[in-house]
Amino acid sequence: MADILDEIIERHVNIQRDGLIPLLQEVQSSQGFLSEEAIIRIGASMELPTSKIYGVATFYDQFRFEPRGKVHFQICHGTTCHINHSMRILQEIERLLKIKPGQTTRDGIFSVDATSCMGACSLSPVIKVNDTYYHDVSPADLKEIIEKSKSKSLHP
Amino acid sequence: MNFPIEVNNKTILARRGETILEALERNGIKVPTLCHMPGLNPTGSCRMCVVEVEGKRNLITACSYPVEEWMKIKTHSPRVVNARKTNVELLLSNHPDDCLYCERNGNCELQLFAEQLNVRERRFIGKKNKYKTDPSGSSIVRDPAKCIVCGRCVRTCDEIVGVSTLGFIGRGNQTIIGPSFNKQLNLSSCIACGQCIMACPTGALHEKRHSGDLQNALHNNKTHVVAQYSSTIAISLGEEFNLKPGREINGILNAALRKAGFDKVFDTTFGADLYLIQLAAEFEQRLNEGGRLPLFSSDCPAWIKFLEQWHSDMIPYISTCKSPQQMLGSIINRYYADTYHIKTEDLYTVSAMPCTAKKFEAQREQLTHKGISDVDAVLTTRELAQFIKLNGIELQQNDPELADYPFHIRSSAGKLMSVAGGQTEALIRTLYFRLTGNELKQPRINQMRVQKDYKEVKIKMGKYTLGFAAVNSIALAHKLIEEIKAGRDDLHFIEVMVCPGGCINGGGQPIRKGSNAIKIRQKSVYDLDENDPIPVAHKNPGIIGLYTDFLISPDSTIARDLLHTSYKKREVPL
Repeated sequence: MADILDEIIERHVNIQRDGLIPLLQEVQSSQGFLSEEAIIRIGASMELPTSKIYGVATFYDQFRFEPRGKVHFQICHGTTCHINHSMRILQEIERLLKIKPGQTTRDGIFSVDATSCMGACSLSPVIKVNDTYYHDVSPADLKEIIEKSKSKSLHP
Repeated sequence: MNFPIEVNNKTILARRGETILEALERNGIKVPTLCHMPGLNPTGSCRMCVVEVEGKRNLITACSYPVEEWMKIKTHSPRVVNARKTNVELLLSNHPDDCLYCERNGNCELQLFAEQLNVRERRFIGKKNKYKTDPSGSSIVRDPAKCIVCGRCVRTCDEIVGVSTLGFIGRGNQTIIGPSFNKQLNLSSCIACGQCIMACPTGALHEKRHSGDLQNALHNNKTHVVAQYSSTIAISLGEEFNLKPGREINGILNAALRKAGFDKVFDTTFGADLYLIQLAAEFEQRLNEGGRLPLFSSDCPAWIKFLEQWHSDMIPYISTCKSPQQMLGSIINRYYADTYHIKTEDLYTVSAMPCTAKKFEAQREQLTHKGISDVDAVLTTRELAQFIKLNGIELQQNDPELADYPFHIRSSAGKLMSVAGGQTEALIRTLYFRLTGNELKQPRINQMRVQKDYKEVKIKMGKYTLGFAAVNSIALAHKLIEEIKAGRDDLHFIEVMVCPGGCINGGGQPIRKGSNAIKIRQKSVYDLDENDPIPVAHKNPGIIGLYTDFLISPDSTIARDLLHTSYKKREVPL
């Protein structure tokens, strides 16, 4: 894992401050989250204090600081989904899994993120579980979706 | 170039390129500010300084808008005052609202504005901030619930101190200020200098109190309570009691502390003289034996922590001398306690310092014996002022008294250590004597007294031409270290002070007295040095006596054991 990180940082060597976000995005897509180690090493290579990198990363919803679970829920929080009560879906997931957006369950199976618009507004509210999209979701559907995706991830 | 602008129907002169706020302040018109910091880039985020400009639809922030010739400004129109009041009300809507229990009660800018703008009802009831306080740091306590996110501490940490420990975390009304990964301060890169406390308008940052056990110790007959106070405190403490700024009140302070119940009162300037002797001896030894040079000063604990974190490979260059506080602490614990037959467990040593990092220093593992520190409690100037008031002592009504034997005499060289560049000046005096056997004809080193963050002087001493530098900024120290690593070798001693101006502007000093107060304190130190009978540390009869009776020489085993320390690399996220 460390080698991939080295490779990514190496590719972005000599970048200016404005190149920080693409670098963070690349690290996140490779590792699933931004680890402390990754931020410290990016800081050392860019000569940027970690407090500033952490500040930039926490500003955006797209970055997470805990590893993703095997089943990763992304709840669309775009305008249309919001109007169609995506908050209720998020609340129900929080209640069922006992975690908040950005967090991962202790067993490492589930994680949740609230994301910006996924571009499927006509089908809202939309959620994405790993690579599967679910549309017109209601809070009542969630129990089944959770069960299904859990067994799918454990017995692929 | 000057041009007229109209402010509140009167014409004033503004300068091209300055901000509205600067023009107003120069003309004696006061506009409230929260996020503004003189000398740093404006952010215009708090919107307390808004003014009405004719022809502009919205109110504009005076701190960030440049003056223009056509401007007609209203600084206190009903619209402006109303906007400011709403601002304060909104800031208060999620504030804990517990002023009576707050560290900064009576000294808080938010409280002041609420009073000035006549906020008398809770118009907006928001969800109260419920963040946990972070008491983990050895010097600084962070209470995010009271933070109004003005960012002054962040800019201070970035631009004035240069360690960038603090940053914004999150976004919008969820934003908080904290170290990387929102960790606790004790696990962060914080160097405990306390300049963020000086910048904070509210009680979100304050020093860790050490005054808790003190009252008990003072009223316990078995405990022998000893005070030592920094030479800087004697100059700045008076400001907290409305005395003339810059007045040195050693004598009054000695009397006041005795009244409060201290058994003995010592002047840490004695420790400073001792430090200078040991430092000069260590320097000479390194010079003669080809040891690591340049020698880095070791009296500023924030600087030491910085070096241990960022440049641990440079640790061999730091002087092994303990700081004046710790030297005197060791001497009190060993020499004084033995001489007067006081059991160490009955001895309680309190030091009063203009510094928050000294609290951290007193707890350094390398400076404790079996986990017990030589200095039991470290008070800041602010805590000392509060302590004196708590004990019902009218400071002004004390007749000056001498500090206690045997640590009662000081040189003015020790006193100089309060100001940036002063340590170098004081060291040069003693070093010159050590290397040549003669006193400097002109003990005043003018190159060390200029108002710059980087000062350098080359002085010929016997067969050597030695380079001395005094650095008053972490950023410049960083640069200098890189130069040294790259091979620069014309410098032999480097003094680093973290706080701008030196200890006179330390993180434990009275809050918000302005840059003028710093200049007055500095002048006071230099004035004291002007006609002092003992201008060099090595002529302090107390110091000579201590070496004759106890330490023998600067490189004796006992001096090595008591007055020197070691350092270690620290792993923190930088």
